[in-house]
Amino acid sequence: MAAPTMDPLTSATPAAKQTLTVAKAINNGLRAAMEADPKVLVMGEDVGKLGGVFRITDGLQKDFGEQRVLDTPLSESGIIGTAVGLAIRGYRPVCEIQFEGFIFPGFDQIVSQVAKLHFRTQGRIKLPMVIRVPFGGGIGAVEHHSESPESYFAHTAGLKVVACSNPADAYWMIQQAIDSDDPVLFFEPKRRYYEKGEVDTTAAPAPLYSSRVLRTGTDATLVTYGPMVRTSLDAAAAAEEEGRSLEVVDLRSLSPLDLGPVYESVRRTGRLVVVTEAPSESSISSEIAAKVQQECFYSLEAPVLRVTGFDTPYPPSKLEEDFLPDLDRVLHAVDRSLAW
Amino acid sequence: MSSPEKWTHPGPDGPPATAAAPTAEQVIAGLKATDEGGADLVQLLTPEGERVQHPDFDIDISAEELRGLYRDMVLVRRADREANALQRKGELGLWVPLLGQEAAQIGAGRALRPMDMAFPSYREHGVAWCRGIQPTEILGMFRGTDNGSWDPVEHRFHPYTIVIGNQVLNAAGYAMGQKFDGKVGDDADSEATMCFFGDGATSQGDVHEGFVWAAVYDAPLVFFCQNNQWAISEPTERQSRLPLYQRARGYGFPGIRVDGNDVLATLAVSRWALEECRQGNGPILIEAFTYRMDAHTTSDDPSRYRLSDELELWKLKDPIERVKVYLVKQQWADHAFFDSVEADAEQLAIGMRDYCVNLPDPPAERMFSQVYAEANPVLDAQRDEFLAYHAGFAGGEH
Repeated sequence: MAAPTMDPLTSATPAAKQTLTVAKAINNGLRAAMEADPKVLVMGEDVGKLGGVFRITDGLQKDFGEQRVLDTPLSESGIIGTAVGLAIRGYRPVCEIQFEGFIFPGFDQIVSQVAKLHFRTQGRIKLPMVIRVPFGGGIGAVEHHSESPESYFAHTAGLKVVACSNPADAYWMIQQAIDSDDPVLFFEPKRRYYEKGEVDTTAAPAPLYSSRVLRTGTDATLVTYGPMVRTSLDAAAAAEEEGRSLEVVDLRSLSPLDLGPVYESVRRTGRLVVVTEAPSESSISSEIAAKVQQECFYSLEAPVLRVTGFDTPYPPSKLEEDFLPDLDRVLHAVDRSLAW
Repeated sequence: MSSPEKWTHPGPDGPPATAAAPTAEQVIAGLKATDEGGADLVQLLTPEGERVQHPDFDIDISAEELRGLYRDMVLVRRADREANALQRKGELGLWVPLLGQEAAQIGAGRALRPMDMAFPSYREHGVAWCRGIQPTEILGMFRGTDNGSWDPVEHRFHPYTIVIGNQVLNAAGYAMGQKFDGKVGDDADSEATMCFFGDGATSQGDVHEGFVWAAVYDAPLVFFCQNNQWAISEPTERQSRLPLYQRARGYGFPGIRVDGNDVLATLAVSRWALEECRQGNGPILIEAFTYRMDAHTTSDDPSRYRLSDELELWKLKDPIERVKVYLVKQQWADHAFFDSVEADAEQLAIGMRDYCVNLPDPPAERMFSQVYAEANPVLDAQRDEFLAYHAGFAGGEH
């Protein structure tokens, strides 16, 4: 291919580049953080000897020992509740929740303690902890292994919530999250774990709590995050063949939302489609729609449209292709927006 | 070796309670992944097929009954291996093997009466069999066509629960209801509930809360913990200092460790425990000491975390082989019987293969059906919009 367009998910500046999968990028990021700060701990079910069921923590226990990489009892409330105590004691725990569907036994600790301790103690207690959560569907799994629960956490004051979509962000965002003095829910797009891309290990591409325009366009804006970034970029590439120019914004941070680049984009394109795997009711996509209509009311040529998972329990996997937004559904929404 | 009692209640000369970490011997006696069940293990049939007596638990078993248990175990193992093979061929997304746990599940399952209730985790294919659920009915959730197709009310067998430990509280509540309904006591229609979970689950808050609730309400609930030694990659020592059956004491009810590879002992202890519960003496914890002979699931690779020596040791304790030896020794079964069981097993496997590859994909509207008991106009509108969109592809390239 002659002079291909740079793919924003997989291309780095030609400095110190490595080609990594998302999974390996997070692994390397964790390693870098553990090397930089002896107070960084990794804890979770099967994260030690096995290296995690997705091998995200592969090799860390071997190199950092059992006191820094803890194979914990099988108890999510325990993982998160003890991480709170460890954080109070000066550690920076990185908790792994094996699949997003298993976070709910720990939900009480997250909402009642993790989210509120800084506020309740007027900042005397900081909780620099990270809760890593593989999320989303598309892997043909059984129940509780394919959900998108991020809105629950974004809805909770006191938590920060981010989602990476590509290897470079995965490598840097995990380190930035560990550096953050606030508790961070770190959502990892599990169906993109083994997608490769270039990682520039010399400099982070952007601050943690910022969104990023991955593709510029003029006809409509797609806003998305996590596993749907790849889907949206593919849709934009397909639209280009039909002569339509779509801008794609990767939110990266779900709480706080960094919507400045989205407003700027929508003021130019006049049309917005929000794409998420998560269901639509009372969600991050609702929040974006509300804020964009408030900030860009006179620029909008069409209502904000959403392409999301349905407001049903995640279906048996033979139906997940119908449940999950795909290129066709995204382009269908773009068509509707343009035809408004 | 000092008993665990000593480390929870140290005498004047004993070690302080704060130094209660178990010794290596204590760990080997019942905590670390091991094939040694310890002195308290209830066993009625040794791995060599010798019938032994136990002072508290025994069972009168007829030749016909034992042949039935043997047949159950062979068939559920064959079904398990077939499902595992179907996953390897790409016909199932995942399989959760029960290999090695046949005696624990058949012993417990056959102790249940029709009006008893059972709450499984997700590995209880043998218990499902005993509740009249065909292996084919389990395939859909692992092929991704449904979330479990049996009728939990008709079979008195709850849907599989994947979130670890959740079902234990649900079972406690169900058993409370049995008691509130007056189904506990001497009457012939008395009922009990049995709840299945694993060694890993014993760390979950829901399981501890289930212990508390069932105890406080004297619920007719048998907690049936299959300690298969491994919670994915973590041996039982990552979950407990104390052998698991001893936990019951702290909650105020009996805990019994049974040889989970001995179908006679499991049946005897389960029958006793269920009857105690029906009489109003519940709850009771049974720890079935067994071994997960295969991977956690077909996605797991046990060679990364456990030694094959351990597997070899447990192969000598196979739950099926010891029954076969005993049946032969007693002259309770002949070649024709064993051949007929093998033939039945093969038929079962053929039936599963045919059923599995012909399972139709569910229609897209299944997503939107039965989400609520009552009407939900918001969801109905979503469904209609989706179906209209979907219909737009009819005959097209979608």
